[in-house]
Amino acid sequence: MNVSSDWPQEVFSVLIAQGIDLVAHVPDAGHTALIRLAEEHSAVDVITLTTEEEGVGLLCGAWAGGRKGVLLIQSSGVGNCINALALPVICRAPFFTIVSMRGEWGEFIPWQVPMGLGTPKVLGAMDVEVFRVSEKQRVAETVSAAGSFAFNTRRSAAVLLSQQMLGAKQFKEG
Amino acid sequence: MFERRTLVTHLLRQRPDNALTVSSLGSPTWDIASTGDNPLHFSFIGTMGQAAPFALGLAIAQPNKRVVLFAGDGELLMSLGILATIANQAPGNLAIVSLDNESYGETGGQPTATAGPTDLEAVAKGCGFSQTCTANSEKDLDAVCDQIWTVKGPAFINLKIVAGPSPLVFPYSFDGATAMNRFRDAVNNSGRT
Repeated sequence: MNVSSDWPQEVFSVLIAQGIDLVAHVPDAGHTALIRLAEEHSAVDVITLTTEEEGVGLLCGAWAGGRKGVLLIQSSGVGNCINALALPVICRAPFFTIVSMRGEWGEFIPWQVPMGLGTPKVLGAMDVEVFRVSEKQRVAETVSAAGSFAFNTRRSAAVLLSQQMLGAKQFKEG
Repeated sequence: MFERRTLVTHLLRQRPDNALTVSSLGSPTWDIASTGDNPLHFSFIGTMGQAAPFALGLAIAQPNKRVVLFAGDGELLMSLGILATIANQAPGNLAIVSLDNESYGETGGQPTATAGPTDLEAVAKGCGFSQTCTANSEKDLDAVCDQIWTVKGPAFINLKIVAGPSPLVFPYSFDGATAMNRFRDAVNNSGRT
């Protein structure tokens, strides 16, 4: 039994404590609980995107307007963001994303693997500091550290939630 | 068809003092710069496709101020999905002005999809924008200004303009951090960032 299995609640508390009141996302199973918590909180705006790169400009615009947000996406969506990631870099604006990983530990679908393996490399190539976490007990502190890094130093930060922690999606025919 | 510089100059003359404006890379940014410098304007000079998401975030963060995006047809075509995102958020303070010359003006004037069967107003309307229009002549200008600066949005104003080069006029700074710091300070009325 895991003593700290309610990591989405802990992460949400960290986000609120950091003054984050905008949650933009392209949904993934690994983010379901966190998205629900955001939707249930009256002071948090939740924005469903059609594609992940919208979240980069949206959060940059919101920050210019005085608000702080986080982008929740899955690893395949990181690839969609590449050119957009130049925006926070060139403007020295913070950018903060939490990425649920696919295409690694226990993956069943080969199509998920190329972008899963490419995710840390792509983020690194675009000056996004990567904070990887594989244990539920350490998610909240990692999100806290990454969020502080992003907003206090005005740089880009990504928390990668490993598939080892989230559990690989299971597929069964029939 | 409108001449872009004359048109933009006319539109910005009606601008409320506290309105926030954004322009997409290329000609829209040079157009706005040609009307003079304003700390409440943010110019994109890159990251094509990101101007509309930025304007949405700004409109959500500043709900009591009018936010108007001036974007080219090529810019808007690169991220059509954001029109659906905007319509679903339905910020009443946001207007998008499409400066549609049906061509990629910065790269040699190659035709865009709007030179063919694609209709950006119809796309915006189909995505769920509550206010949309297309205009190409002087007689529509009063109604156009009303849509841009006053009516409850989200509004999408498609303006058909003549293709062809205009003189380059550079904005406040090509350095994003310099431009962003001034814009953010002006928007939030604070010296601290």
